[in-house]
Amino acid sequence: MSDLNLPIYFDYAATTPVDPRVAEKMIQYLTPTGHYGNPASSSHSFGWEAEEGVNEARANVAALLNANPKEIVFTSGATESDNLAIKGVAHFYQKKGKHIITCKTEHKAVLDSCRQLEREGYEVSYLDPQPNGIIPLKTIEDAMRDDTILVSIMHVNNETGIIQDIAAIGELCREKGIIFHVDAAQSAGKVEIDVEKMKIDLISVSAHKIYGPKGIGALYVRRKPRIRLEAQMHGGGHERGMRSGTLATHQIVGMGEAFRIAKEEMDKDRAHIVALRNRLWEGVKDMEEVYINGDMELGIPGIFNVSFNFVEGESLMMSLKDLAISSGSACTSASLEPSYVLRALGRNDELAHSSLRFSIGRFTKEEEIDYAITEVRKAVEKLRELSPLWDMFKDGIDLDSVQWAAH
Amino acid sequence: MPVYLDNNATTNMPEEVLAEMLPYLQQAIGNPSSVHRFGRMSRQAIDNARAQVAALVNAEPSQVVFTSGGTEANNLAITGSCRKWQNARLAISATEHPSVLEPAQRQLADGGYVDVIPVTEQGIITLAAFEKALQADTKLVSVMLANNETGVIQDIKPFIDITADRDIWFHSDVSQAAGKIEVDIKQLPVQLMTLSSHKLYGPRGVGALIIDKSIEIEPIIVGGGQEKNLRSGTENIAAIVGFGKAAELAKSELQSRAEVLSQMQLQLEKGLHKIPSVKIFAENQRRLPNTTLFAIEGIEGETLLMQLDRKGFAVSSGSACHSSKIEASHVLQAMGIDDRIGSAAIRVSLGIENTAADVENFLSAVNEILETLRPNLSLSVN
Repeated sequence: MSDLNLPIYFDYAATTPVDPRVAEKMIQYLTPTGHYGNPASSSHSFGWEAEEGVNEARANVAALLNANPKEIVFTSGATESDNLAIKGVAHFYQKKGKHIITCKTEHKAVLDSCRQLEREGYEVSYLDPQPNGIIPLKTIEDAMRDDTILVSIMHVNNETGIIQDIAAIGELCREKGIIFHVDAAQSAGKVEIDVEKMKIDLISVSAHKIYGPKGIGALYVRRKPRIRLEAQMHGGGHERGMRSGTLATHQIVGMGEAFRIAKEEMDKDRAHIVALRNRLWEGVKDMEEVYINGDMELGIPGIFNVSFNFVEGESLMMSLKDLAISSGSACTSASLEPSYVLRALGRNDELAHSSLRFSIGRFTKEEEIDYAITEVRKAVEKLRELSPLWDMFKDGIDLDSVQWAAH
Repeated sequence: MPVYLDNNATTNMPEEVLAEMLPYLQQAIGNPSSVHRFGRMSRQAIDNARAQVAALVNAEPSQVVFTSGGTEANNLAITGSCRKWQNARLAISATEHPSVLEPAQRQLADGGYVDVIPVTEQGIITLAAFEKALQADTKLVSVMLANNETGVIQDIKPFIDITADRDIWFHSDVSQAAGKIEVDIKQLPVQLMTLSSHKLYGPRGVGALIIDKSIEIEPIIVGGGQEKNLRSGTENIAAIVGFGKAAELAKSELQSRAEVLSQMQLQLEKGLHKIPSVKIFAENQRRLPNTTLFAIEGIEGETLLMQLDRKGFAVSSGSACHSSKIEASHVLQAMGIDDRIGSAAIRVSLGIENTAADVENFLSAVNEILETLRPNLSLSVN
């Protein structure tokens, strides 16, 4: 255990290290002897070489989704993809209707795009998931109206790892003639995505969640039946007019390589991660008052979200400073607000506050898991020793019945 | 090794910029929004780059909003400003980049108004034309500092003074100017300024909008609240770090780079003048030290371009962003240049890696091509 590098990275859901094979490929497109040139400068060979790299990457990204390369629009990341999908569809189809369906546990990029649309006069239904995070098909169907133009449901939740039944939702949307967008930032490369089988119209994906570089993502936009979008950025008409701006070749190439590897090694990655996740759970499950947020059976193994009752989350984080973990998603973790995702699952503030998200990936090692188990056990025990709430709980007092005096 | 003379389209990164980026591509790097050590390290790297980029244009680091590039920064400036107003009226110069022109045109659909500021045949906006374009309800003006096709440097200071008096916001796209001429936001106190990394020897996929603290605009990309809510999405750390380093180098080497480029530009234009019926656009204007847009009468631009490519010289006809069209660019059309000569335009944009020998060889190549196309008109370059 002595050769462990501290802190240990357990935040793969926030971002992943770039796979060395990806980095190598990117560097070829960054170095002076490599392939540079503006891919849109179609008239000289510098541009052609860059374009070849982009085409290959586009094919690799498409392959992971079982899509056509022509259906891939590169963006600066999944956040931009979500913005483009939701606002792009809403603006284009506004004559058809102004109602959108999404879920309370979506990523902020989806929720905030919807909020922006609400200010423009659109109506949005934010559905409640079940306590295990799943949104029942019936809930979605009941929310559908004649003027519903878009359903946006994420494939895998970034905090709990819960996997939605995308194929069933896709079937329902297709049947009703409603466009279906899926934020697949957390699922790409981890669970199978098939735009045909799942009847998905738009998919947001990100490179940096699957060992690719930051600053690049893509939006899959279905061609048959054709989905139209109003571009959110204009000027130059790159990416078939859906997304203007000079493409960062090295980043696109990096994303393509990451997606190629993800497709090839999905089973291997999964087996590795499942074993580690099980080891982690085995190591802590005998502790008292441990709650899994989400559902081990219904979630991806890479995200393991657990709450330790009667322990204050921030203190726990502080005492685990050698573990790079997160409480809630990185994008909101600077705030001390309990996770809105866990709240939406019906967790009370205390449990939501004491949640830890371990996210495990391709480069996580067994020794690192063992180290984490030891550290978590130590920290939780120590904090509970100091906790008057823990004492009260041990004395058999029902904390929910206590009337707290205001100070 | 082919000679790259298309540095206004994109530049080649020097090793030292790449070296700064590599750790952020090869090592475990946190999400800058994460509170753990990996996250904090990323945050620090971004803050450092923010200071470097700010310094290039003498702005405050807190004014810098990183974007995915100049196009996004221009869109954010125009669309983000216009969302503040009902039926916004804006004035933009006719020679702006499409990433300014198009979002501006979009405002028409939302009930806005766009007044186009014309340029002279030298690509210059006169004070009279500028004043005439401003209406009582104009809210925003966008005039680029240096044009990507002609290299013409606009004297925007008098325009800024006028807008300041009338409480009109001023946006300037300085993507092509930064790193080639001095750009100081204190001397040119605009409210919004666009920068692009890959135009100044930094990586692609990153740019910045400098926003004056006196104004507030609306974001285009939301959800996550990065960049003070003005640009959500996980930061492109490696690219941002590279941009920072490139900005630092551009600032420290500004003088020496400009001198070398000017020398080569002079050499190039002298050589071009030996060719009969050559026109250099906006020739007598103050231009960027690296940009020469010229045409040889009777020689189709695309033909020359392809032939040059075959001989190993990468140049551009018009701007790369719309190089699949064959007509005079919107910039040349705005200058009143007719299609016949305008569509023959070839842009040479020199870079810091180019040498006098590159220029010499380029001139020889042009002459060789002319000899085959138009034997009676070419002259040898000595």
